[in-house]
Amino acid sequence: MERAHTLTIQKTCDKDFIRRVEEASEQEVSKCYQCGNCSASCNYTYVYDYPVNQIMRLIQLGQKDIVLRSRSVWLCAACQACTTRCPCNIDVACVMEALRVMSREENTVSLKDVQMFYDEFLKSVKTFGRVFETGLLPVYNLKAMKPFGDMDLAPKVLQKGKLHFLPSRIKGRKHIAEIFERFEEQGKKKQEPREVNEPSHSQ
Amino acid sequence: MNPHIHNEEMFMNRRVAYYQGCSLEGLAHEFDTSTREVCAALGIELVEIPDWNCCGSTPAHSLDPVLSAALSARNLAIAVREGADVVMTPCPGCLKSLKESLEVYHNPHQRQKLLDILGMPFDGEVKAVSVLQLLYEQVGPEAIRERVVRPLSGHSLVPYYGCLLSRPAHFARFDDPENPVSMDRLMEAVGASVPDFPYKTECCGATYGVTRNEIVGKLSGRILDMALGVGAEAVAVACPLCQQNLDLRQGQLNRQWKRNFDIPVVYITQIIGLALGIDPKKLGLHKLFVDAGVLLEKRESENSRAV
Ligand code: SF4
Ligand code: SF4
Repeated sequence: MERAHTLTIQKTCDKDFIRRVEEASEQEVSKCYQCGNCSASCNYTYVYDYPVNQIMRLIQLGQKDIVLRSRSVWLCAACQACTTRCPCNIDVACVMEALRVMSREENTVSLKDVQMFYDEFLKSVKTFGRVFETGLLPVYNLKAMKPFGDMDLAPKVLQKGKLHFLPSRIKGRKHIAEIFERFEEQGKKKQEPREVNEPSHSQ
Repeated sequence: MNPHIHNEEMFMNRRVAYYQGCSLEGLAHEFDTSTREVCAALGIELVEIPDWNCCGSTPAHSLDPVLSAALSARNLAIAVREGADVVMTPCPGCLKSLKESLEVYHNPHQRQKLLDILGMPFDGEVKAVSVLQLLYEQVGPEAIRERVVRPLSGHSLVPYYGCLLSRPAHFARFDDPENPVSMDRLMEAVGASVPDFPYKTECCGATYGVTRNEIVGKLSGRILDMALGVGAEAVAVACPLCQQNLDLRQGQLNRQWKRNFDIPVVYITQIIGLALGIDPKKLGLHKLFVDAGVLLEKRESENSRAV
């Protein structure tokens, strides 16, 4: 885990990052006065590398690399406790969501297996138009090299007649695939002019 | 007592577009069947959105909020085309996606991008609600109380709302973000006793059952522990993911906590359905992983059970 170095913090401050986070989340991160309510409410603080109030502070300091590579961003469950309790009415969960999207774009996702699970999920949506949770498990577990993950659940699910391996396919799956394709094309257009990025400063 | 209108007449034969979502086709099948049964019994006609698609859930959000909005907008657009002005879904995750889709549509910076990706006509003229909201605000506890034929007297249940049903407040526009009471009131209306439950909105571990199982173990275990601590014999839920973490994974929780939790986790629609006299089989009570037969025991009065 990276630490922000206070002596060099101005050098590693990426002002454009602050602007991009505020723009994507439509939240004024600068309003945060570090009361810590968000972290106190967050059930995931115990597994985070930076509690969510520190994430907010690191954004204010433009510490793009640390923020976008943090585990916290990908362990956040979007539970809204922080948003509910922020006295400055910052939608903190929405900021965390914007960071997840950005870390994908910057290729700095910290928890590759969580991303992989999400990607398998979306592949199913794109192909069938729907997903079936237990059908995803074997695929994910094999890819994540956890072939026995959740194996104990299979017999139970089978016994209750709830085990299917394929989701139902919808008639409009071509439309769904097109939604994904149009989205991917837009992403490409957006990427082109931004290809020349400022060098990322790891400390 | 209740500030909401519960004009049953108005709701009789009311048609509502129904979005069940993927979970209710699979592991949460009984949430679907019990929702359909209870709505039918209360005179609400559910019209399933034809050829509905997955809302994309958390994974789509992590990719892009407008992509997620477009996936849900397809379902909303079909509902509008079929003449609906209200879409109801039992799943709070799906509900979040549907409502965010409407938010994106009404955001002038994002509407065009949404419509471009969606590629079909959509006018945003529709509302999305949960089944809990529909039962609480449109039917109301009083109207349900009048229909009870098999009260759950003497049964003690705690309501577990999870993260999304009532928060954030500006988004959910339903119940109280810190101390929601809709399920409390509905369960009281069917005769159950409902102890105070401090963990009403504490997160259960959400989707991390698959990728970080020990997180669900810790968070969901805490919830069951508290439920027992306040003397509940069952937990009532209104979310398929919460239900799955607390019920299907209860064996995993037991291993992690070295405990013997054996506490049924029942959908609010199943509880209301039982009280309305609907056949437990039709409500899918036997589909739950932890046996919920205890709720079928007839007990004398609500104060007869010492806890
Ligand atoms: S609750 Fe709000 S103001 Fe307080 S630390 Fe968190 S984000 Fe900052
Ligand atoms: S939304 Fe994320 S950061 Fe906020 S309290 Fe929930 S898990 Fe923590």
